Amino acid sequence: MSPAMATDGPALAELLLQRLERAGGGGLGSLEAAAALGLEHQQLVGAVKSLQALGEVIEAEQRSSKRWELTPEGKEIVQEGSHEARVFDSIPAEGLPQSELMKLPSGKVGFSKAMSNKWVRLDKNADGGPRVFRAVESVQDLVQEKLQLVQRGEAESLEEKDRNELKKRKLLMEVNIKTYWIRKGSAFSTTVTKQETDLTPEMLASGSWRDLKFKAYNFEALGIMPESGHLHPLLKVRTQFRQIFLEMGFTEMPTNNFIESSFWNFDALFQPQQHPARDQHDTFFLQDPAEATDFPTDYLKRVKKIHSQGGYGSQGYKYDWKLEEARKNILRTHTTAVSARMLYRLAQQEKFTPAKYFSIDRVFRNETLDATHLAEFHQIEGVVADYGLTLGDLMGTLREFFTKLGISQLRFKPAYNPYTEPSMEVFSYHRGLQKWVEVGNSGIFRPEMLLPMGLPEGVSVIAWGLSLERPTMIKYGINNIRELVGHKVNLQMVYDGPLCRLDA
Amino acid sequence: MPTVSVKRELLFQALGRSYTDEEFDELCFEFGLELDEITSEKDIISKEQGDGKAEGASDIIIYKIDVPANRYDLLCLEGLVRGLQVFKERIKAPRYKRIMPANGGVQRLIITEETAQVRPHAVAAVLRNITFSKDRYDSFIDLQEKLHQNICRKRALVAIGTHDLDTISGPFTYTARPPSEIRFKPLNQSKEYTASEIMDLYRTDSQLKHYLHIIENKPLYPVIYDSNGVVLSMPPIINGNHTKISLNTRNVFVECTATDITKAKIVLDILVTMFSEYCEKQFTVEAAEVTYHNGKTCIYPELAYRREKVKPDLINKKIGISETPSSLAKLLTRMCLKSHVTGNGNNIEIEIPPTRADIIHACDIIEDAAIAYGYNNIQMTIPKTYTIANQCSQEDIADKLGVDISSTKAVHIANPKTAEFQVARTSLLPGLLKTIAANRKMPLPLKLFEISDIVVKDSTKDVGARNQRNLCAIYYNKNPGFEVIHGLLDRVMQLLAVPPSKESGYLIKAAEDSAFFPGRCAEIFAKGQSIGKLGVLHPDVITKFELTMPCSALEINIEPFL
Repeated sequence: MSPAMATDGPALAELLLQRLERAGGGGLGSLEAAAALGLEHQQLVGAVKSLQALGEVIEAEQRSSKRWELTPEGKEIVQEGSHEARVFDSIPAEGLPQSELMKLPSGKVGFSKAMSNKWVRLDKNADGGPRVFRAVESVQDLVQEKLQLVQRGEAESLEEKDRNELKKRKLLMEVNIKTYWIRKGSAFSTTVTKQETDLTPEMLASGSWRDLKFKAYNFEALGIMPESGHLHPLLKVRTQFRQIFLEMGFTEMPTNNFIESSFWNFDALFQPQQHPARDQHDTFFLQDPAEATDFPTDYLKRVKKIHSQGGYGSQGYKYDWKLEEARKNILRTHTTAVSARMLYRLAQQEKFTPAKYFSIDRVFRNETLDATHLAEFHQIEGVVADYGLTLGDLMGTLREFFTKLGISQLRFKPAYNPYTEPSMEVFSYHRGLQKWVEVGNSGIFRPEMLLPMGLPEGVSVIAWGLSLERPTMIKYGINNIRELVGHKVNLQMVYDGPLCRLDA
Repeated sequence: MPTVSVKRELLFQALGRSYTDEEFDELCFEFGLELDEITSEKDIISKEQGDGKAEGASDIIIYKIDVPANRYDLLCLEGLVRGLQVFKERIKAPRYKRIMPANGGVQRLIITEETAQVRPHAVAAVLRNITFSKDRYDSFIDLQEKLHQNICRKRALVAIGTHDLDTISGPFTYTARPPSEIRFKPLNQSKEYTASEIMDLYRTDSQLKHYLHIIENKPLYPVIYDSNGVVLSMPPIINGNHTKISLNTRNVFVECTATDITKAKIVLDILVTMFSEYCEKQFTVEAAEVTYHNGKTCIYPELAYRREKVKPDLINKKIGISETPSSLAKLLTRMCLKSHVTGNGNNIEIEIPPTRADIIHACDIIEDAAIAYGYNNIQMTIPKTYTIANQCSQEDIADKLGVDISSTKAVHIANPKTAEFQVARTSLLPGLLKTIAANRKMPLPLKLFEISDIVVKDSTKDVGARNQRNLCAIYYNKNPGFEVIHGLLDRVMQLLAVPPSKESGYLIKAAEDSAFFPGRCAEIFAKGQSIGKLGVLHPDVITKFELTMPCSALEINIEPFL
């Protein structure tokens, strides 16, 4: 068997199998086998792996062992001889000037070694400067011979003293290598059957698949990702919320008006004109178009009266209500402005009919920006209008809504909102944080908001709201809102995000 | 929501018992408060200024309690304790009384005509024979600050001045004068300044600088003098040093100047009801007389008790409970709303004290009954409201058809937060380009889309603007990929059942647009109107967004297809 053939994959594997057959039940080590076959260890490992892939042909147990290897300089010496031998060889019978000897590649190291071996001598008083002469007839290059042993994988036969000496000269190094102890497997055979990678149409046509062996799949590897688009997490969570509202019989409100007048955003909701939320620090005002022009005149008069003088059983706020303030255009601060428009429209019907509305859309606040606050976010809002709704109805509706979100433990805290009374903040018990966290805000709209619209006296309107970002951040484990919303969104997060099941 | 800081020890002492932090948190929750933080002066200083500065600071435990924004009566320890003790039925709500001074010498405040242009209203009262301690004094100052920040709208609507009455003599005059003519020693200063100098002095003061704008540009500044010309205060900026209150002060003259008289009365009522607790005759306040320049005279504080009648049935129905009238009256009484059943048990008469200015309608009374009943004791029910759900209706959007988008203009924000946010967006493209710029490390190609609203001016709308739903898509790779974006358009149209056709379908025509590379841009027409453009982006645009690869994009108005 020529060495050229031994490097060929299948042939090499068969060589190894034959060797293993001869070695008997005890098996053999990969390092020794490589040395015996005159191969690089790595080539033999390749053969072991390809045999392992065939199934039970062999058993290979991984071991870690130390091995002596030649350094690049050591390899050179195996080829060229030691530096001292090379120096000796380069000196002719008439000797060589020391200065020239030193110019040789092995000159410096070789000279001092050859001197200490007493292979050469130095005549300092020779004509034309110091001259080096051979001191013996011939030399035996032991260093080369020892290194040849190492190369043959027989480093163990060297004395430890020699090995240390060669290591010190940086001709030898000790390396850790992964080796295998190889034994016959249950399906041992000295010949290798070629394995097919996969079924082909030809095999099916000819029926050859019956006689073929197939390469085992590596089930630990990952598959190839299908090419697909990815929805932003906010869209996924939004879809779930829409679904819940629709299941509960709520109709979607048209929220396509980011620009809103202060009238619908605040005044209609009985939020007084000096309220801090109407400050420049909380709300974005518009420069162009700066003012809204058109309001339902009679309704506007009723709103003015309820603020400045009261009525409908209310004391009002007793201040000078100004139309200029109501005209100011803003970026809406809540979608409740849309709810107000919808309830006003509902009140204009000839006969009142109960209504359930919902919306999920953007709102804008002039907030201090940080990891959990942006100047815009999505508000989720639900509204129910009917005769005789109670606070218990609000709580029951919230329980149903949050149960569909997978939140069952609820608690209600009295709160203050300018346009709802009673108002309640909704808390749920967070198992991770082990505390009650606020999940929404709710209440019954004030009569001062509803009656001027023209809704019948006995009609109550319950409402609640929450943000879309907060549940999304919790759901997808996002800590910085900028990674979720806006152009700094992390696309990898969008790619990797699972679908949204809020009840899970 | 305002936050009130109280020393835990003082709080428990006043409540007559101690609580664990959890118990107190629970009590707050039930009452509609929130125990926001448990801290100490030392903690606060070390958090704000670093550990080194906190050395030697007090480590007495402080509770920071969030109070609902309309409950001015809970903004100090005194009020919190009173509210909780009545809630827990450990005390009865005190009855506040205005009394005339025994000797008939009522303190008078005269408002002159000049104030009309700058700050036309004032109210006043006297806390007679009060006993301060360090904690009471601190609470008194703190409550004024809390009122200033909240109901007083940072002193714009109302400003409070409190003075040692024994250092001055009435009648007092509330007037307005040119700043150069006002001269006095401001609180805690060592020398006299003119009003103009005072404004300069406080321009860098971390607290007072926020109030200067209220009067700064007025020709006349408000000022209050005593009968000897001593300056009590220059509202809403600063008091005079002369009338400064100390721990030894026994008689306090309180004045509130205002642009909103209703709020001034509320603020005065709150301040005196809270601190009359420390007067010799507890919960009594000595009246003061305020005379307007037209001769109209008012006696303050009003301390008015108002009576309302609410049917028990209404309360039960609005909450969803069925309590007897007498137990409802009892619940309301626990909220400092003294109530009793009248008639044949079919009415409850409720007395609203001067501390509860937040009660303006029966719904406020009903809420208090619900809080006293306990929100979490209310039986949850599902409304019988029958409705049929609809997704956002098409007809609403249908009337937006036929709008020529080329006539649109951007909507401008008057008080933008950042330079990036000065107009409402009129295109989705910049957002997608920025998203790519922020995600340059991601493997190519990047294919992004957004379907979202943009805002355009529209004079036919009541607010002068409307939203428009756009679709924008972008392809970013080593090659421009026009065919990819074009293919996307074809696919979108296919899904919308719009065929490629000149007459009734869609087509694209070569166009010029500065955002696109010349000769690589086309306008998209569908249903006979232009709906947007697609093409290879102009290299200048690509580089401006700090991108390095060719890029093609598409942006269309999708409302015609909704």
